[in-house]
Order: sequence, then C-alpha cells, then structure tokens
Amino acid sequence: MPLAACSGGVLEPQGPVGDADRLIMFNALEIMLVIVVPTVAAALVFAWWFRAANTRARYRPDWAYSGRLELIIWGIPLLVIMFIGGVIWIGSHQLDPYKALASRHKPLEVQVVSLDWKWLFIYPDERIASVNELVVPTGIPVHFSLTSASVMNSFFVPQLGSMIATMNGMVTQLYLEAGHPGDFYGESAQFSGDGFSDMHFTLRAVAADRFQQWIAEARQAGPDLDRAGYIALSEESQKVRPFTYRSVEPGLFQAVVTRELPPEPGPPGSIASPSVRPRGAK
Amino acid sequence: MLGKLTIDAIPWDQPIPLIAGCVVFAVAIALVLWVILKGHLPYLWREWITSVDHKRIGVMYVLLGMVMLVRGFIDAIMMRSQQAIAFDAPGYLPPEHYDQVFSAHGTIMIFFAAMPLMIGLMNFAVPLQLGVRDVAFPTLNSTSFWLTATGALLVNLSLVIGEFARTGWLPYPPLSELRYSPGVGVDYYLWALQISGVGTLLTGINFVTTILKIRAPGMGYLRMPMFCWTSLAANLLIVAAFPVLTATLAMLLLDRYLGFHFFTNTAGGNMMMFINLIWVWGHPEVYILVLPAFGIYSEVISTFSSKPLFGYRSMVMATMAICLISFLVWLHHFFTMGAGGNVNGVFGIATSIIAVATGVKVYNWLFTMYGGRIRFTTPMMWSMGFLITFVIGGMTGVLLAVPPADFLLHNSLFLVAHFHNVIIGGVLFAGFAGITYWFPKAFGFRLHEGWGQAAFWLSFLGFYVVFVPLYAMGLLGMTRRLQHYEVAAWHPWALVAAGGIVIMALAALCQAMQFVVSIRRRDELKDELGDPWNGRSLEWSTASPPPVFNFAVLPNVRGEEPYWQIKRRAIETQQLSPEPRYEAIEMPRNSPTGFITAFFCTITGFALIWHIWWLMGVGIAAAYAVFVWFAWRDVEEYRIPAEEVARLDRERRGAREKWLAEHAPESAPA
Repeated sequence: MPLAACSGGVLEPQGPVGDADRLIMFNALEIMLVIVVPTVAAALVFAWWFRAANTRARYRPDWAYSGRLELIIWGIPLLVIMFIGGVIWIGSHQLDPYKALASRHKPLEVQVVSLDWKWLFIYPDERIASVNELVVPTGIPVHFSLTSASVMNSFFVPQLGSMIATMNGMVTQLYLEAGHPGDFYGESAQFSGDGFSDMHFTLRAVAADRFQQWIAEARQAGPDLDRAGYIALSEESQKVRPFTYRSVEPGLFQAVVTRELPPEPGPPGSIASPSVRPRGAK
Repeated sequence: MLGKLTIDAIPWDQPIPLIAGCVVFAVAIALVLWVILKGHLPYLWREWITSVDHKRIGVMYVLLGMVMLVRGFIDAIMMRSQQAIAFDAPGYLPPEHYDQVFSAHGTIMIFFAAMPLMIGLMNFAVPLQLGVRDVAFPTLNSTSFWLTATGALLVNLSLVIGEFARTGWLPYPPLSELRYSPGVGVDYYLWALQISGVGTLLTGINFVTTILKIRAPGMGYLRMPMFCWTSLAANLLIVAAFPVLTATLAMLLLDRYLGFHFFTNTAGGNMMMFINLIWVWGHPEVYILVLPAFGIYSEVISTFSSKPLFGYRSMVMATMAICLISFLVWLHHFFTMGAGGNVNGVFGIATSIIAVATGVKVYNWLFTMYGGRIRFTTPMMWSMGFLITFVIGGMTGVLLAVPPADFLLHNSLFLVAHFHNVIIGGVLFAGFAGITYWFPKAFGFRLHEGWGQAAFWLSFLGFYVVFVPLYAMGLLGMTRRLQHYEVAAWHPWALVAAGGIVIMALAALCQAMQFVVSIRRRDELKDELGDPWNGRSLEWSTASPPPVFNFAVLPNVRGEEPYWQIKRRAIETQQLSPEPRYEAIEMPRNSPTGFITAFFCTITGFALIWHIWWLMGVGIAAAYAVFVWFAWRDVEEYRIPAEEVARLDRERRGAREKWLAEHAPESAPA
C-alpha cells in the first residue's frame, strides 16, 4: 500500500528547522552558481573559439603564464570559499541539532530507540509509547533523545529538517518542530541490514488538542511496555505495523542507553552457529 | 578439515548468482583452454605473467580494471532495475541479495576498477615521462599487481562460494560485527582488501621512490610533467593512508575472529572509532583516485591544445595543497553523528578549502585551452566532458560540506549522485582519456576515433540521464540502499534513471567495439613515428611500442616539456641530434615471484575466510618461501648488447628523419 504520508522531500519543508536548513542550502548554492555558471560557459566558449579549424583565433603557442591571471585564478575561488566558509560556520552553529528552538512553549520530550527493524518512540512525560508512528503537536518544539538497540541508524523526517544518527550506548539529541498539521514520511537514513527498507514511519503532526486526545486514546489500549516487553520487541522483525503501548516502565530508555538492557541479539543463533547459510536462505 | 565450508555454501536455490557464476566460470575455463590449446601459454607466461616491465604491468592493471568495471557495471544495472520495479513491490532481488549487490558494486568499483585503472596508467606512463627504464623495484611492482588481482578474485569468488558482505562498501560496525553479520560475507570483504591493500601500499612505496630518486639527467622536480606530480601526490597519500585502512580492518578482523571488542556494542567497544579511522583513510582515498586523473587531464588538454600547461607552478602548488588538506576533512562523512557546531564548522570549512585548489586547477585548464589550437580527439572530448561534469560535481560536493545542507542530504541519493558525479566524471572519464591517449604508445596503433567519440557521447549523456534523477530523488528524501519503497513521488525518477543505464550500457558496447575495430584495423591506424598526437613529454620521444629498455640513451633534460623542445630544435636546425654512442643496457630479469606469491595469498585468504586453518598455514608458509627463494637469486639482470640497442634506435631515427623532411624550418611543429 502506498504511504498516505506525502513526501515532498527537503525542498518542501513543513517546520522551522527544515526551512532554515533549506535556506542555508539555497544560499550556498546561489553563491556557487555565481562562479560555476560562468566557468562552464567559459569552458565551452574557449573550446569552441580556439578549435583548430578556426583561422580567426590567435594561436599563442608559448603563452603559459600570467601573474595577473594567476592572482585572479587563486583569488576568485578563495573569495567564494571565504564567503561559503562564513555560511558554514554560522549555519553549523545556528542549526546545530542539539540547540533548543526558540519558542514560548516547553518542548515535548520524545525518546527514540531504533531497533532491528522498527522505531520505538517513548513519551516519557505522558508515560506512553508507540512503534513506527510518531504523533507530535504542531507549533510546539519536540526534543528528541535518541539511541539504538543494536546497529547504527539515522532518524530522519525529510520535511521537518535535520537528521541525526542513533547509536547503541550513546544518546544523540535533536530539536524539530512541525509548523503545519499533516502526515510526514520518516525513515532511517543509515543502512542497518536486511529489514532496512521497511524501517520507515509516519510522523503525524496534529493540533495540540488533537494531540492530547491521541494521548488519552493511547492510554486506553495496547500492551504495557516493561522490560520483558522491550526484550520481546527487540527481536528482529520487519514490516511492523504501527501500534501504541498504554504505559511505559519509567527509566526504560536509560536502561537501554546504559546497556542495562542488553543490545539486541542479532540474527538467531548468530555467534554460536558453526554452519553458514549463504544469503539467509531457508 | 574444510572449516566452515560445506556444499551448502553454494547458493543452489538462488538462480541469479548461480547462473552468473556458472557463466563466468565457463568463460574462464574456455579462455584458459583456448590459451593452452593454441599454445599461447608459454608466451603469456614469459611475456606477461612473469614480466616485471612497468609497461606490461601497467597494461595488465588497466585490463583488470576494465574487467572489474564491467562486473561493477552489471551490479549497477541490477540496482537501477531493482529500484525501477520495486515501487510498492518486492522487485526481483530479495534484500539479502540486493544488499550484497550494492556492497560489491562499491567495493569493486573503488578497489578493483578505479584503482587499477589509475595505477595502471601511472605504471605505464610515469617511468616513460621521467625518461627512465623502469620503476625502482620492478619485481615488487609485479607482486603489487598480482596481489591486487588476488583481492579481485576473492571478491568475485564470493559470488558462488558463500556470500559477500551485506553491509555496504564500508562495513560500519556494529552491523559488520559477528553478532549482526555472522556469515562469511564480511570476511570475504576484509581479506580481499587486506591482501590487495598490501599490494597498493607496495605500489605507493615503489612510485614515491621512483619519482623522488630515479629521473632522467636534468629532470628536476619542476620539470616533471604534471602527471608525474599528481602521481607523486597520490602515492604519498597511499603511503600515508593505506596503513590506516589495514590497521582499521585488522581491528575488525580481531573482533570477528578472536573475540576482541574494538568496535562491538559490548565490553567497551566503540563503533565511532571505526567510522573515524575508516574515513581517515577513505577521504584521502578519493584524492588517490582523482589526483592521477587530474594529471591525465593536464597532459591531454595541453597536448591537444598544442600549448604548454598554463600556470604549471600553481598547478603543482594546488596538487600538493590537495594532498595535504585531504587528510584534514574526514569528519564531513558523518556530520550527522552530532559532533557539535565547532567541530562540524571546522571540518566543513576545511572541506571547502579543497575546492579552492580544485578551482585553481579548473581555471588553469581553461587558460591552457585559451590561445590554443584545439583538436577534439577522443581523449580531448573525455576531458571536456570532465570539465563540465566535474564542476557540477564539485559544486554539489561543497554543498554537502555545509553542515545544515548535509543534515538534509546525508546518505540520500543526492549524495550518491554527488560522488558518482566526481568519480565517473573525474576518475572514469580520465581512465578512458588516458587509455585512448596512451594506447598508441603501448601497442603501436591508435584507437578508432568514431567508436571512441560514440562511447564518449553516450557515456556523457547516459551519465546525466542516470544521475540527475538521483539528485532529484535525494531532494525528495530518498535515502540510499533501499531495496524497495512505497513513496510514489520517487518512482518516475527511478524509471528515468533505469533508462539512463541503458544508454550507459550502449556506451560500454561502443567502448568494446572501439577495441575490436581498432585491433582489426591496426595496420591503417599504425603509429609509425611514436608520436601520434604531437606530444610534449618524453614518452613520445621513443618508439611505439617502446623497446623494453624505453630509451636507447637516457634523455638529457634541459627544461620543461623536453620532447617539444627537441622537436623544435630538430625543425630549426633541420637535423636530428647526432647519433649517440650506444652501450649495452642491463634490465631486470622476469620473475614469477609476484604471481606465485599472489597464488598462495589467494589460498591463504580463502582458507582464512572459511576457517580452514591447516590450509592457511600452508598458504602463508609457501608465500613466504617464494620471497626467500627470490631473495637468494644469483642473477638479477640480463644484458641487451649495444648492437641490439643501436639497431632498434636506428629504426626509430629512420622514422624521425622521414618526419623531419616533411617539416620545413619556418613552420612550428603543429
């Protein structure tokens, strides 16, 4: 079934981080186009005009140095790169994923665990969790703390902006905000094994009151996420349909990060098994 | 007895690799039988397999590169067709197979197609351009080649025996650790690269020594052709970077084989260390490939513009700047691991500084064309295609060096399009430019122009039809390495890209036709003079193909572009330089050391992959014994008598005199 979520991609951002990332990208692109276009044009013009058959072009068989030209040759790229260097420096500070967004609202806390091969989203303050579906209120910043239960992944919602890696035993952070309601495509942007292609999720941005309603509904249904539940979830699985947990054991995320809950075991019998099954056959 | 190897290792239930493997095996057997039955084996053994002649080794490297290019291209066709049909559908390649295909594609293209192409052209041209008889260590050179071939063989063996890595071309842990990749795939990858990596490191040492210590009399550093400079820079990078690769992969091997914990999730391992180390090698690797390519373009553009290279000294400076800075940028491969504003900012700026040096090079090539008389032969067309394509690829590269832009595009198909933009447009185009440029020197006849032009135009067009859609898909949020997807917006672009790969396949066909047609018409394409392009550096001053000793008498270099000056003097005075006094020449004897060592290294590698410990012992002992046996040799060289040298050189002078008679003193050599 094709996803209902639209993916307009990074050129149609739906939140302030995506907007700012895109602006920086366009600025850098414009600065470079200013010299790239004339350079390509000059290459074509020079090549055409000085073709061997053109008798009107002046042949200068020994012309191989010009101090003034050298100055320009080094100067132009240097100036452009100084300009871009400024964009890089300012951009990488302003848009550092760890930097909180300016907002009058307190950010919503979400803890993210990438598992083989699905996403677990824990709402620590609301004490609920969901798998492969992330619901956030519009207009309110979301503070993500992210880790991985096994291999490296990357959390990415193209239309909201910056991605960030998830790694076992470590916590990365990311601030995003959805500006408009809608269903947005989210994915892992770091290859993580055979089930990788299905490791996508839908981010549903809804109005604040709808968000509260969703929380209330989630508390009514679904299983409890305790340690045993987590270990069951962390078994390898693919194409997991979205569902929610009515409650979450406090401190579960920390237990994953500190490896109090062990990293995922990997494929069944991985280390012990002496035989080799090529291409995962049978 | 056979370790992990059982009959189940052959993928009986997987028709695609099984049939492909059978076909490759059948072709290989047929080829070997043909060689033996036709009685070519002694010739091949004597003249090629045991040859320590840098020209022959260069040709074999290029041949290996071309064969592997075809293999990697078949992987590319599989990936593009899979993504074209796998919209909301499983496609025809299951994930466990598709993951091997893209891993093998990257590994083969970088290590066994692009590297051999560049190292092969270096091998062929650098000693000739320096005006010397061979590289510093000829037998080591042969060993390097055969070790590279070992790596290529092991990777291809994984097609039918076991599996290849399913981790991508750089096996990031913890995915590549035993826990998450229990099969032999990652081991194939690791041992193939460890063995061929030794070969590459030896090449680096060999060429740095050659260029620094062995040059024709008068060939000062600032008189070396640009290709020698860029080769020097690339080989310095090899010497500095490849040990890092070897050490990094060795740590992963220790994790996998002996239960160490360098990069595991548990027991204090840290996977970030691997990612840092692999890119400390990986980014210089990009320049190891592209610097020789820059050198080839410099030679080609200058030759076919009939002008010296513009701004030679600033080219040298730019080359060495790239050589240095390429070690200071590795972190831009993982801006998204959350290093913070300062770190990302510094590495972003360092990355974009490389673009200054590259930009300088582009302008110097432009001004080399300015005021020239440009002949649009096939090598020049590849260079023009490069100039345009590479500028675009460089631009998207700087874009990815801007951290906030990278936060949107990292690991997307935009990134994939970017590095194909610079590697195809930069390295591959240079490979073909270099092959067409030096082919007449190597074999004594030119390649057919028409088929070459067709191959260029189709490659150029095909490249854009494949990779513009990939840029678009990346901007639409599509990440790399997806075996299937459900986003409708990506599908039309995937279809266009698949159409582009058809055009590139046609280009490959034209390229093959170029070789076939040229070999059949070699008499009419013959290069009598040894200087088919009106060249400027020393390789054109000797015969085509050059005698085994390259130069009857080592040239005395009196400035930049020595051969251009020799030609000028000859035309002005209407006579060749006086016949020198010929002396006997000593050349290194052929040696099967490299081939036999590599044979046993292949066995060792295979035994290690499958945990066949006794066979590993046999392999290592035998490979070592071959070296000891070589070290105890009594006779190192053989003499070519002065009369033979004189006879060969007089033939060459005869052709030159005919040429001279056709050139009046007032006309410049044009």
